[in-house]
Amino acid sequence: MKAPKFSYTRATSVEHALELLDTHGDGGRILAGGQSLMPTLNMRLSQPDMLIDINGLDDLKGISLDGDTVCIGALTRHVEVMNSDIVAEHLPLIAEAMPYVAHVAIRNRGTIGGSVALADPAAEMPACILALGATLVVQGSAGKREIPVEEFFHGLFETARADNELLVEIRIPSQKGDKVSVFLELARRHGDFAIAGIAAYGSVSGDTVTDMRLVYFASEDKPTIGANASAALNGKNWSDETKEAVNTALESDLEPMANLHGSAAMKMHLQKVLTGRAMDTAVVRASGAGGAA
Amino acid sequence: MSEEMVTVNMTVNGENVTKTIPVRTHLVDFVRTELGFTGSHLGCEHGVCGACSVRVDGDVVRGCLMLAAQAEGSEVVTIEGISDSGEISDLQDKFVERNALQCGFCTPGMLMTAAELLAQKTEMSREDIREFMSGNYCRCTGYHAIVDAIESVNNSRLKG
Amino acid sequence: MGFIHPYERPNSYIGRTLPRSRAMRAVAGRGRYTDDITLPRTLHAAFVRSPYAHAKILNIETAAAKAADGVKLVMTGAELAEMCTGPWVGTLTVFDKMKAEPQYPMAVDRACWHGEAVVMVVAETRAQAEDAGELVTIDYEELPVVIRKEKAILPDSPVIHPNLGDNIAWEKTLGTGDVDKAFAEADHVLEETFEFGRHTAVSLEPRIVLADYDPGTEHLTIHTSSQCPHMIETVFARTLGVPEHKVRIIAPDVGGSFGLKIHTFGDEVAATAAAIKLARPVKFVADRLESFVSDIHARENRVHAKIGVMNDGTLVAAEIDDLSGVGAYSQFPRTSVFEANQILHITFGPYKHKNYRAKATVAYLNAVPTSQYRAVGHPIGITVAEHMMDWAADVTGLDPFDIRRKNVMEDDSYPQIIGSGLPMKDLSHQACLEKLFGLMNYEELRAEQAEFRKKGIYRGIGLASFIKGTAPSPVGFYGAGGARIAAQDATTVKLEPAGGVIVALGVTDQGQGVDTVMEQIAAAAIGCSMDMVRAISGDTDATPYGGGTYASRATAIGGEATYQAALDLRREILHMAGILLQTDAEELDIVDGNVVDFGSTEARIPLSEIGRIGHFQLGELPNDYQPILSHTRRYRLQDSPYIYTNGIHGAYVEVDVDTGWIKHLKHWVVEDCGRIINPQLADEQIRGGCVQGLGGALYEHCIYDDAGQLQNGTMADYVTPMAYEMPDIEVGHVETPTSESELGAKGAGESGTGAAPGVMMNAVNDAIKGLTSGRVTEQPIAPEVVLKALGKI
Ligand SMILES: Cc1cc2nc3c(=O)[nH]c(=O)nc-3n(C[C@H](O)[C@H](O)[C@H](O)COP(=O)(O)OP(=O)(O)OC[C@H]3O[C@@H](n4cnc5c(N)ncnc54)[C@H](O)[C@@H]3O)c2cc1C
Ligand code: FES
Ligand code: FES
Repeated sequence: MKAPKFSYTRATSVEHALELLDTHGDGGRILAGGQSLMPTLNMRLSQPDMLIDINGLDDLKGISLDGDTVCIGALTRHVEVMNSDIVAEHLPLIAEAMPYVAHVAIRNRGTIGGSVALADPAAEMPACILALGATLVVQGSAGKREIPVEEFFHGLFETARADNELLVEIRIPSQKGDKVSVFLELARRHGDFAIAGIAAYGSVSGDTVTDMRLVYFASEDKPTIGANASAALNGKNWSDETKEAVNTALESDLEPMANLHGSAAMKMHLQKVLTGRAMDTAVVRASGAGGAA
Repeated sequence: MSEEMVTVNMTVNGENVTKTIPVRTHLVDFVRTELGFTGSHLGCEHGVCGACSVRVDGDVVRGCLMLAAQAEGSEVVTIEGISDSGEISDLQDKFVERNALQCGFCTPGMLMTAAELLAQKTEMSREDIREFMSGNYCRCTGYHAIVDAIESVNNSRLKG
Repeated sequence: MGFIHPYERPNSYIGRTLPRSRAMRAVAGRGRYTDDITLPRTLHAAFVRSPYAHAKILNIETAAAKAADGVKLVMTGAELAEMCTGPWVGTLTVFDKMKAEPQYPMAVDRACWHGEAVVMVVAETRAQAEDAGELVTIDYEELPVVIRKEKAILPDSPVIHPNLGDNIAWEKTLGTGDVDKAFAEADHVLEETFEFGRHTAVSLEPRIVLADYDPGTEHLTIHTSSQCPHMIETVFARTLGVPEHKVRIIAPDVGGSFGLKIHTFGDEVAATAAAIKLARPVKFVADRLESFVSDIHARENRVHAKIGVMNDGTLVAAEIDDLSGVGAYSQFPRTSVFEANQILHITFGPYKHKNYRAKATVAYLNAVPTSQYRAVGHPIGITVAEHMMDWAADVTGLDPFDIRRKNVMEDDSYPQIIGSGLPMKDLSHQACLEKLFGLMNYEELRAEQAEFRKKGIYRGIGLASFIKGTAPSPVGFYGAGGARIAAQDATTVKLEPAGGVIVALGVTDQGQGVDTVMEQIAAAAIGCSMDMVRAISGDTDATPYGGGTYASRATAIGGEATYQAALDLRREILHMAGILLQTDAEELDIVDGNVVDFGSTEARIPLSEIGRIGHFQLGELPNDYQPILSHTRRYRLQDSPYIYTNGIHGAYVEVDVDTGWIKHLKHWVVEDCGRIINPQLADEQIRGGCVQGLGGALYEHCIYDDAGQLQNGTMADYVTPMAYEMPDIEVGHVETPTSESELGAKGAGESGTGAAPGVMMNAVNDAIKGLTSGRVTEQPIAPEVVLKALGKI
């Protein structure tokens, strides 16, 4: 199928993009990597009036360190995140997750901002930044605002970003320190969206787990913090009993949605298995040199 | 809404081209129908099969997920270009020798992707090759011969 | 003196790996697929398809679409029907009492599946045609939907086609022996029900036609991605009332087919009708989204199986009851009941049991029509039988290899009749078994598996023996069944003036290497080098009428035609050379393109001289000698319904028993396709087929909801096998030439596909054996299926 008719403008600056968004309202659509938007256009699932191509906005590209915060421009491509030394050093969770995002040709175009703005519940990046407690910087014609990640994801393809705002930056606290992170997912084929997945970030000292944040994705309509599961875990030794308690608690955290790839029961089961595996790995990693992944 | 047109200018396989096209034209439709480079194929137009793989400014991308208008000022290389330049002649020879293609419809995309992998010039296992090639669908070969061909070219390039 | 079989000559091209010329152009991006061809003033067709699985068409409003940019034609199903000579009826007389509803190329007053074409729009560009399609408004009245085969056959089910009385397309039973008595006397009776999900072919190049009609000469030319150009010529000509001899079908490079492209599709007929009506070329590509709702589907079956086994592992009786869910119509002209028919015939086919009973019920559903797809029916029958054999091994304490050793027909026992009544000859189950045993290093593999199990790693080993029907005969189904589908095939071999040889084929090449194989056969038979020979296929104006490539018949049937035609040409060359050299032709031979004295390699006259004299210098020949130099031979099977082949697969997998994920570690196939012309091409047929079968075993599934909506009609949601998850595949052969032909080749194209699902299911069950009483009996073997068998969810 061929895309429907639309207009197309190359934004020349962030302000220009915002102006276009304001002018076109609902009918305007940001075109970043296009790796999610273009398929929907080619399937005529979306019919925007105006595509606002932000690929020329160099201000939105790049990865830098601001004190203890890693700043990733929204237009930074997956491949740059994957190959970044800063990410490898400061964000091992994201470095671990990135190879699971699609395939090389898609990572060469797709952007982290697009991934976060899209908010696919089965996507890796939203879960990772939620685990790491990131801050999202969005900009509208009235200026910039910062949104804590915990308040950003609202539901299936729904976020706290207003339609006329641009996601400009993702600020992620460096993982440097004694915390560990683990990323695990299950997909039918390599590079597919996950059927179940977990991003975990916290401390393990000896066998005792503290501050662990367990984030589940590909279960509900958005990445979800397993608050009860995390609570059942923190302050405990990682043991069979803890595992059982965490799994029980997880049932009150998650209400997985069935989809083509599996029932709710299967997804719940898989998330429990992944939780156990993630914590087994966290313990091993914590005991190893350096702590982080 | 009437059809919005755009004039694009880019380099395709080393030659500068300027064309006025409907803005909604994706890059592969552009090179196929406007320029006659029919080596890039369409197998899905939703980003999954990889038959449309082309190189834009040095990176392999899905040609169906990029508007031709987005390639303004870019350097686009299709299978015809990479073939004529001789960059992958060893890989092409090996694909033929190993029969790493049957119908050949996936082959241009496979070669474009494999070219990027081989450019890494590192040791790689069969599993690494399979992982890198995992976004390119082939219904005919079962992949084994494709992996063989890439593996053997990588080995000889590393030795060579 | 006289004749050495070409395949017995030293360095014969028969039995040698040689590269394919089509491959050389494809790697340069110079393949020529139908969509690469654009004729002047080409228009593009797009279709408005039914969003409902079953609905009455009350009204169609096309005015806005007709007025849209670039639009040249908007045609409804009813308007198209008026251009047709009549509806299609997908029955064959050999399928006793089969019922089918007549079908027009597009829905006329009722849409019967989600995706059935209702209105065609033809415009200057495809995008414009799609734009206009959105402006067509159709009023529908929804009708009851029949989508579950189990319910479709119940007396209280709504009936899709009231004229047929019920939803049952066909029922058949067959068998031999006294099954009930054998069950009563068996030490063990095992019963199980298996579910097989619907698949579709997903050839990477979708279906496509480019039709061009010249009103002056009334010639119709259709470029199309087809396996069977002559059949397309016949069906399209007859459907649209164009004289058959004025139709030319050109199948250029074909981007995969797998049975999909042996069928005729209404949207392709519609686009062709548009080309006739507009007198302009019309192109139609069934894009990927349309493919899923309009390409044939296959394999939706539920099979109940029962076997009787003695304590020593002897299989004494087998019974199957198959329920096939087909689509809304029986696919013309091959029908939708072949799959069920094949299942009845081939299940338990490798084994010696003398008591067999099989029943099939085929139910219409409001879904995409099903029909033949690579290895028709075999994946189902083989999975069922091989699962039961492994289970019997378990119950009787035998190793899976040993139970097969015990029960397969002995290699020296042929000709034989199997339980379903089919005659078998030239098979080699025992040799294949032993070869696989060695290739797999079976005993060591078992030891390794046991070691892993101790560490909590669950690996499984699967086996699956099979028979595969290839190269159907004209007495079996098509010709005999009344369909104009050729089961014979023909080749013309011509000597050209400069000594080159043209081989014009009725069979076709979709990448299997058919052209190259035929060149090898011709070069070997004539005695010239490969580079003197060129094959032509896929053009009905340039090739003799044949069936094309389907059912693994190209080499088996077309190969023999080529062989015989080439031998005829060789005889004529020798005869001419004998006259010219004043030597007895019996004393002459052809080696490397030169006529030589038998036993020598010294050229006495090259083929280029024969060609020159034969075409230009006829004065050098006696007055009464008229050269032919162009020899056509046809070949068909005579008594056998098929040329059967056989073999066995082995698989080694690891199952993550907590998640249900399966890692396929290694796959082996040993098969017997008779005389092998090009070993590499044979191996790659097996490998590719194998992965196609594994796709079905593990991932592929056309999922319909209760309203008959296809839920996963994109490549993102319909999961096909990709490189990362697929294993390396080791291939071995046993060569038992078929006694049907001189060349001795059987089919190789489907032996990978047929048994791959069965071996996968067996390997998975072996991996989880003993953990619970559950076994996997369903395909695709999604993680959920494994977890359920393990009792984890
Ligand atoms: C075959 C295939 C497999 C894939 N597999 C995965 C996978 O496993 N995991 C995964 O996470 N993703 C996967 N993807 C999606 C891919 O990662 C996308 O790149 C990503 O989801 C979107 O990023 P993009 O830059 O391409 O965004 P686009 O497609 O350009 O945009 C996506 C949406 O976000 C909006 N948007 C984009 N950027 C901004 C911004 N800065 N501000 C405001 N709005 C914005 C757009 O308007 C649009 O609505 C896959 C894609 C394909 C085709
Ligand atoms: S055509 Fe672009 S990925 Fe399939
Ligand atoms: S060779 Fe046919 S799809 Fe790969």
